[in-house]
Amino acid sequence: MKTILEVKNLSKRYPSGLQALNDVSLSIERGEILALLGPNGAGKTTLISIICGLVNPGSGSVSVDGYDVVRDYRKTRSKIGLVPQELSINMFDTVWNTLRFSRGVFGKPANDDYLEEVLRSLTLWDKRDEQLQSLSGGMKRRVLIAKALAHEPEILFLDEPTAGVDVELRRDMWRLIEKLRRQGVTIILTTHYIEEAEEIADRISIIRGGEIVLTENKDQLMKQLGKKQLILHLQTPVTSLPPEFDDFEIDYDAAAQRLTYTYDSNSQQNRVTEVLGALNRADIMLSDVRTEQTSLEQIFVNLVEARA
Amino acid sequence: MNWYAIKAIYLSELARTWRTPMQSIASPVLSTSLYFIVFGSAIGSAMASIDGISYGAFIVPGLIMLMVLTESTSNSSFGIYMPKWSGAIYEILSAPVSAFEIVVGYVGAAATKSLILGVIILLTARVFVDYSIMHPFWMVLFLLLTAVTFSLLGFIIGVMADGFERLQAIPLMVVTPLAFLGGTFYSISMLPEFWQKVTLFNPVVYLVSGFRWSFYGVADVSIVWSLIMICSFLALFLVIIWWVFRTGYKVKV
Repeated sequence: MKTILEVKNLSKRYPSGLQALNDVSLSIERGEILALLGPNGAGKTTLISIICGLVNPGSGSVSVDGYDVVRDYRKTRSKIGLVPQELSINMFDTVWNTLRFSRGVFGKPANDDYLEEVLRSLTLWDKRDEQLQSLSGGMKRRVLIAKALAHEPEILFLDEPTAGVDVELRRDMWRLIEKLRRQGVTIILTTHYIEEAEEIADRISIIRGGEIVLTENKDQLMKQLGKKQLILHLQTPVTSLPPEFDDFEIDYDAAAQRLTYTYDSNSQQNRVTEVLGALNRADIMLSDVRTEQTSLEQIFVNLVEARA
Repeated sequence: MNWYAIKAIYLSELARTWRTPMQSIASPVLSTSLYFIVFGSAIGSAMASIDGISYGAFIVPGLIMLMVLTESTSNSSFGIYMPKWSGAIYEILSAPVSAFEIVVGYVGAAATKSLILGVIILLTARVFVDYSIMHPFWMVLFLLLTAVTFSLLGFIIGVMADGFERLQAIPLMVVTPLAFLGGTFYSISMLPEFWQKVTLFNPVVYLVSGFRWSFYGVADVSIVWSLIMICSFLALFLVIIWWVFRTGYKVKV
């Protein structure tokens, strides 16, 4: 795949002295969905703002489709759509006018058919003549997405797109992102809702303290770092486990009569069969069996804590 | 050149005027009409003519200038400050537009609005007083230069302001007093000699004088000086705007 966005050794220090980014390098392929994960103040928004032209870069370089974001800003910005975190819109404008404004300001000739399609895909068509101030918070966020799509961008940045958004909008948004991906749009979203990244991203980048901690294919990441747990609920009351279980990595909660065996999901060497065999030999009956996989959230917390 | 962007900014700014016709058009026209009624018709009828021009007609150019100055400044400052305040400026800053195109869009719209207002007031004045325009070309040129120059000033104020109070401080505390003391209601030759000299430091004197000359052929200061002054202000404000965008001052960090 062809690289569409290349960030090289990017650093940014604000006049206040805050080092927001420190030697960040990141390469994004055309058509992929990348989730930029990180706690508040990690540098996610600064990184996006530099790529989009809202903040001047410090040292390093950013190129979009081979063009430098400072030198060739007209070329790079016309390829990018940005959905900001805040509901920053002219509240007195109508939905339709604000969309036409967005398209114009990004240098595209009017195309009412396309704008209608965008509004319909976000279920905003019926609201097109309404002033933005009369819309609900969720609707305003839809308008921000529509504005970002108004000039048919090749790259879409979504900065915390689902903060304070209801389930319906979230579902609509994922549907739209899926559709955009099929059309070849590259999507970069920042979030601290990890399940979001887990659900839709192809790759995940974790940023912390202005540095990229890792960038990895999502499935790979889950496989590499994921732990699996076998959770067994015992029917036979047992106060403590027989000595033969000392050999396994097992936690036993006597009050809940719950036995938890943790193993590496990637490893072929797990001892699930042996654990079950040992239970059988000890004549311990089971009432329930289930397995759990470490979520991306746990991986994230582990990583961030490990580097703190 | 991103013409679509200029057009989008320009039309969106003009749309703001049509959304608020009472505030944008009716209110300045009404207040100027009150000046015409009070100073032109009521008090003016009891006053001697100045340089052979009736007092009512004498104040027409000054009043139009007063309105164009204040409206250009406040329209333009408000136009760029609002998106800064609401955060909607992100869109312009992330768009493929140059600083020049942004300025043309905002300043062009503000200047257009105050020109429209100037013309409306000129027509309204006809209802109250009789006036003539001796040099129409120069009249239009002065009006245009003033509208553009003070829209540029407004743009600078809007970019630099970091609160509504600061936004209004310069238009209210500087532009309006200078306009009132700039010979709108009197000829500076009516002042004591000392104040005549002081008045020459007021830039608005040159604008009002030049504009009045285009109506009646009489001026407080030379028409050449009027032109030099207005062009100097235009150049000064352009340099400041160039510096603002070059350094990113209060726009980008």
